Amino acid sequence: METSKVIHAIYTDDDVLMNAVKKVKAEKHHIEEIYTPFPVHGLDKAMGLAPTRIAIASFIYGCIGLIVSIVMMDFIMISDWPQNIGGKPSFSYIENMPAFVPIMFELTVFFAAHLMVITFYLRSRMWPFKKAENPDPRTTDDHFLMEIAVHGNEKELDSLLKETGAVEIRLIEKEEAH
Amino acid sequence: MYTISNKLKTFSIALIILGLLGVGYGFMTSHKSFEDVETMLAQESSHGGGHAEEATHETASQDVVASEDHAQESHGEESHVDAHKEHVEHVQHQIANRPWSALYVAAFFFFMIALGVLAFYAIQFASQAGWSPVLFRVMEGITAYVLPGGLIVLAIAIASGTIGHYNIFIWMDPDVVAHDKLLQGKAGWLNIGWFAVRGLIFIAGWSIYRFFARKFTIAQDKSDDNSNFKKTFRISAAFLVFFIYTESIMSWDWIMSVDPHWFSTLFGWYVFAGMAVSGITVIAFISLYLKSRGYLEVVNDSHIHDLAKFMFGFSIFWAYLWFSQFMLIWYANIPEEVTYFVTRIEDYNGLFFGMLALNLVFPFLVLMNSDYKRIPWFVVMAGIVILVGHYIDVYVMIMPATVGDRWAFGIPEISSIMLFAGLFLFIVFTALTKAPLVVKRNPFLKESENFHY
Repeated sequence: METSKVIHAIYTDDDVLMNAVKKVKAEKHHIEEIYTPFPVHGLDKAMGLAPTRIAIASFIYGCIGLIVSIVMMDFIMISDWPQNIGGKPSFSYIENMPAFVPIMFELTVFFAAHLMVITFYLRSRMWPFKKAENPDPRTTDDHFLMEIAVHGNEKELDSLLKETGAVEIRLIEKEEAH
Repeated sequence: MYTISNKLKTFSIALIILGLLGVGYGFMTSHKSFEDVETMLAQESSHGGGHAEEATHETASQDVVASEDHAQESHGEESHVDAHKEHVEHVQHQIANRPWSALYVAAFFFFMIALGVLAFYAIQFASQAGWSPVLFRVMEGITAYVLPGGLIVLAIAIASGTIGHYNIFIWMDPDVVAHDKLLQGKAGWLNIGWFAVRGLIFIAGWSIYRFFARKFTIAQDKSDDNSNFKKTFRISAAFLVFFIYTESIMSWDWIMSVDPHWFSTLFGWYVFAGMAVSGITVIAFISLYLKSRGYLEVVNDSHIHDLAKFMFGFSIFWAYLWFSQFMLIWYANIPEEVTYFVTRIEDYNGLFFGMLALNLVFPFLVLMNSDYKRIPWFVVMAGIVILVGHYIDVYVMIMPATVGDRWAFGIPEISSIMLFAGLFLFIVFTALTKAPLVVKRNPFLKESENFHY
């Protein structure tokens, strides 16, 4: 298996981390990954990550849910067996629509919410029994870890990261996974 | 300090004058004689249509007249003439009601914007919102219209029963009440004296809150501690309790009682939702206008984004209440309740369902995207649609009860809107010149100035 070298720089404060990210970006180094114990506001912007499109996905799922509910009830209540139930008009979908709205609403929300969550799990590769990808257990408690790829410029990176206030800098041989 | 531009002043005064002329014209042309109405009806029935279609109204005792129309036709010549006479009088009355209702709808629409803003303003204080203090003076400017606007609405309501011929509220007519068991039962609540007193108490309560809240925030600008802020916080919390009771009763009195045979329990909330969304839309409009003129530099696109979120959310809230009210009555289909929607669906079909598109579908789709909510012209466009939609909402609440199927959108309606739009602009923008456009020394001011979402 091939190996590549990365540097792990550990910080103990999110403000210091933010400044470090800006500095590293300004020096045009590629940040592979950052591990934090909690969401740091503005970190994605500082790293230059593309905005998420999960809201768009959710809107589309909601539309699908709405269509499913309409087609289902139109078939069951209007086309398949248009019974007279308590005098409600089952002649066409629109005539009996107010009675269907609660279900249309709920299925829209159901599809939008659940499919969005599943999309999130798939895209972020999360599932039960998944092996945790955690380079340092302290990053789930109170430390912040920045991972930078090394292409023969360890010395330069080392001094740069020291300057930014890293409390620990380690060179790691990493297995090329996925 | 903001100074009202001459252009705006002239514009609003021109609106008021043109509006007054149009309203006057509306009143002059609405008094048709019996013979005029008779020939008009004869002409209409010769064009097809005829009696059957015109006799589908449900306004208090008048519906009895209409439904008897058919029953009596077979009962010989004499009663037929009688029914014909009553039908013509019924239509004559509807035509006479039109300018009154047009005036009342427009007056209420602009008043409800100011009252909605007042409630929103109190909520901002009571919830100690950190984003909104830079908008407080804009809100205070809009709420300056609560006192004159409220008095005008009440004055039109009472005048319609004293000067006019019971043109908006049928329960004000002693003749009708004498023949109507239901109205007799409600007379303890629905009588002109108590109606007027209630209205004055509500307006007084709202105006007193507005007066003191304004006084304390201006005092806070110059003081060296936060005691004035705390006072505003306390009266805002107290006002909100007062408001939710009085707003509910106000909506029964000023709107629901145009259909005195009908009642709905969530009506007060429904009116409030329309009020809140129109009020917030106008806050956004005036903030954007002042910002575009360079008077409100501290307002950034995150503030606009927040206002647009409120427009979005309250539009959906309004639709939720509209649907809840409609669906419960449609589903149970109890005759005494359902007539309210039957008249609206038969005579106002396009408006009644069209406003759902304007008030729900359009804002829902347009204001859903987070980026669009920061673009001024997008917010303005959605806001115009929302305001038109809520004018139609008020129109469809009032008109079916007063003019029935004799509704139209012409000079009386447009000029009433112009009149009150002019008055509203004049009062609001004059009030904005009275104090600096941004509060000073509000404990949340710094947070609000740096607000970013």
